[in-house]
Amino acid sequence: MSSPILEIQNLHKRFGKFEVLKGINLTMQQGDVISLIGSSGSGKTTLLRCVNFLEDYEVGLVAVAGEQIGYVEKNGKRTRLSEKKIARQRAMTGMAFQHFNLFPHMTAIRNVMLGLIKTRGMSKDEARSVAEKWLERVGMLDRRDHFPGQLSGGQQQRVAIARAIAMNPQLMLFDEVTSALDPELVNEVLEVILDLAKDGMTMLLVTHEMQFAHDVSNKVIFMHDGKIGEEGPPKQLFKKPKSDRLATFLKNSKF
Amino acid sequence: MDILQALDAVWAARWPILEGIQHTLFISILSIIMGTILGVGVGLILTYGNRWIRFLVRLYSDFLRGTPVFVLILACFYILSVVGIQLTAYQAGIFALTLFCSSHVGEIVRGALQAIPAGQTEAAKSIGLTFRKMFVSVLFPQALRQILPTWVNTATEIVKASTLLSIIGVVELLLSVQQVISRTFLSLELYFFAGFVFFLINFAIEKVGRLVERKIAIPT
Ligand SMILES: Nc1ncnc2c1ncn2[C@@H]1O[C@H](COP(=O)(O)OP(=O)(O)O)[C@@H](O)[C@H]1O
Ligand SMILES: [Mg+2]
Repeated sequence: MSSPILEIQNLHKRFGKFEVLKGINLTMQQGDVISLIGSSGSGKTTLLRCVNFLEDYEVGLVAVAGEQIGYVEKNGKRTRLSEKKIARQRAMTGMAFQHFNLFPHMTAIRNVMLGLIKTRGMSKDEARSVAEKWLERVGMLDRRDHFPGQLSGGQQQRVAIARAIAMNPQLMLFDEVTSALDPELVNEVLEVILDLAKDGMTMLLVTHEMQFAHDVSNKVIFMHDGKIGEEGPPKQLFKKPKSDRLATFLKNSKF
Repeated sequence: MDILQALDAVWAARWPILEGIQHTLFISILSIIMGTILGVGVGLILTYGNRWIRFLVRLYSDFLRGTPVFVLILACFYILSVVGIQLTAYQAGIFALTLFCSSHVGEIVRGALQAIPAGQTEAAKSIGLTFRKMFVSVLFPQALRQILPTWVNTATEIVKASTLLSIIGVVELLLSVQQVISRTFLSLELYFFAGFVFFLINFAIEKVGRLVERKIAIPT
């Protein structure tokens, strides 16, 4: 069997003295959709950011498609990879952020084309046609020449998702991509993600939309205090939580 | 003294005054260009440099910004020659203005780069950009739009500061006018004329700056 898309073993991460991740283990196979839930500050974002090395980590292993992210281990000694190698590894995963983070000085289509040209080495024409395809897919083709400031939050987030996924990543990371949106704009973004999931995209997502997590995931992970508190198929986790903590969390988040 | 007589006096002295204007323009433009290039380097180091080089450049920048340009010019002309670097008054003047400009541009660039939200860097990294590519495509274009208005301001300051070179004997516009005044005694008219020319130069700089600003403004 080929190596899993994502393999996390005994991952520890600290900010100064404060340990945020306290030994995370997680394996994702091709096509898995895993939702991370849990109260604010439990380490969900940090976990996601370790996967594409926006954060480094002290202990443990993060590997995407069998390749350790950020470091090489040689004779038990770990050294940080070169900037170039890290950049290449980051492009193996795509990430969508809570605040979209579109490049404000570029039109929608330029946002999507940038990585295709600079990282994937495509020609402009090639990049444009790939970008058009993905903008179409997220329903934003008609706004291709708009700047982010001219788009609604939901539209910006859809462009941001197109920007990430156009890179053809092995794994997509979504960090609370609907939390900054007005309620009426949430669904258009969730539908895009659902559509990608149906297509077999491997996805790791942090969300506070419990119904969505229930519908889209084949596994849900409840994070608590830097550890995995509970995990399992959505039905089991949402309907029969084992721990009181999860039960309380679910009760407090309108599901 | 009527206005015609004043214009007459300017006209009679047109060659030395034109030469003064030419020198003012040359000194200003060269100092601004070199100071800006150096200043972008200063700004980059202040923003991204490692601790030690950042400390040194911070000293450089604080020192230059904390010293009157007047003193800088005198220092470049007199002190450098003591340590064996012989510059003509012209060279020393341009050198001093370049240093002055670089420290200000450095701060402007640093401020603009640090004002870019962290999310921009993260998004750029997440699509696999190396620092260099990220800087060129994502950070600098955004910083530029922040930099421009303040940079225009600095450029006009340099033009004004160039008059101080008259102290060390550089015959720029002000000194050339003073020389004419010493022959004609038309001080009021000629000083007014000189002031007007400086105003025109800076007005032009600001107009062009505005134009570029509007051209590169991000539509919202
Ligand atoms: N850059 C940072 N420096 C210091 N502490 C941080 C940093 N990023 C996150 N933290 C802390 O780590 C903890 C986990 O944060 P985060 O992963 O964002 O949690 P979540 O996404 O589950 O809300 C929080 O207590 C947060 O304050
Ligand atoms: Mg978070």
